[in-house]
Amino acid sequence: MMKLHNITLTVNGRRYDLAVEPNELLLNVIRDRLHLTGTKYGCGIAECGACSIIANGKLMLACMILAVTASGWDITTSEGLAKDGNLNPVQQAFIDKGAIQCGFCTPGMVVAGTTLLMENNSPTEDEIREYMRGNYCRCTGYTSIVEAIESAAIHMNETK
Amino acid sequence: MSTRLLDREFEYVAPNSLADALDLLSAYEGGVKVMAGGTDLLVKLKTGADIPFSILLDTKDITELSFISKCEEGIEIGALTKLCNIDRNTMLSDYHALVEAIPLMASPAVRNMGTIGGNIVNASPAADTACPLMVYDAVLRLSSASGDREVPISKFFTGVSKTVIKDDEMLVSIVLPRVKPDSGSCFIKKTRVKPDISKISVTAYIERDGSAVKACRIAMGAVAPTPIELLGVGDKAFDRVATKELFLELAELAASIIKPIDDIRSTAEYRREISKVLVAQALETAWQRAGGTL
Repeated sequence: MMKLHNITLTVNGRRYDLAVEPNELLLNVIRDRLHLTGTKYGCGIAECGACSIIANGKLMLACMILAVTASGWDITTSEGLAKDGNLNPVQQAFIDKGAIQCGFCTPGMVVAGTTLLMENNSPTEDEIREYMRGNYCRCTGYTSIVEAIESAAIHMNETK
Repeated sequence: MSTRLLDREFEYVAPNSLADALDLLSAYEGGVKVMAGGTDLLVKLKTGADIPFSILLDTKDITELSFISKCEEGIEIGALTKLCNIDRNTMLSDYHALVEAIPLMASPAVRNMGTIGGNIVNASPAADTACPLMVYDAVLRLSSASGDREVPISKFFTGVSKTVIKDDEMLVSIVLPRVKPDSGSCFIKKTRVKPDISKISVTAYIERDGSAVKACRIAMGAVAPTPIELLGVGDKAFDRVATKELFLELAELAASIIKPIDDIRSTAEYRREISKVLVAQALETAWQRAGGTL
């Protein structure tokens, strides 16, 4: 039994105090202990983006972070993107553009799409594809995913 | 083995200063693995790499090693500077090859987590930041509780995942000499899909004197057990007028010198053939960035 470490995480605005072993992955804590299963286990080696989260305002991968490393961090998962029951513009655009097939990559895609638009409010198609290079869709629905992010950007700029 | 879990047991320490980290490394006398961003180390541990350690030293709280600043020699980059903070830093914009290499690495999420020091100390033969640092003659500053030393990056790598760094040492910073006037550099890599690790990478650096080459250096990744500078190849261009033919000649020579292998990402044959093209391309672009025309 390894020594337990007390950590504090803020996830989707809620504070959690937990005791974790040093080898516990943030992804497993989010899924199995906080029961936020939107963040997916895909490849487990930082290649597919299914476990994308926003950590301290930056896009990161929960499969490649120890939970103990993340102590004190402010984290947003796909469950935290909607505010007061309203989907964020990227989530809504994924629905409007039908940018979902099996849905497994979708939480990671909307999280990455959201951080992209936080950093660049009117990305070109090339910039979207470049930014989303770490998020894999094995149904290969990339065209509609890019369109959804373009449309979310337009919507956000119109309603600003 | 499953990449769902980290199937290793270890103690965990997270010192909040470099001095504390070095004291810990010195006190434990081996058995400690230093983790920077974790994007290489955790992949290795999850996929069963044979890395012996009983204590993981997490550098996440050593904020003093995340910086980019001017120094006497040129620019100093703290070892724990995230990759994402390098390519957009205006102080580094004249280091073309380095700035060009960063956005080609992995994905934005990985670059938000991974550090330049981690990329170097991980010592992958395909480390994308290593070759640009080589052509700039970068110096690595290492520290231990008993003292500091400087190692030129060309002397740092000793094999696949092996470096001269000692058990009680940490990489503290990377010193880039000032960019010379009328110089230019270029980084090119080939991958199957964009976020992949390089099949091959080429970095070229040229200093120009009118229409002639004053200095020329070429470094390559994923063609040897370590990132390497092709010593003697760039020197052939010294004092010669830059032409496409000259760059093709250097590229042929480079291809004849490297000893690439077959592995999961590519073959020796492909790597040797494409280096004839990539080295010439990188030299041309470096020349143009040095203000030269062809």
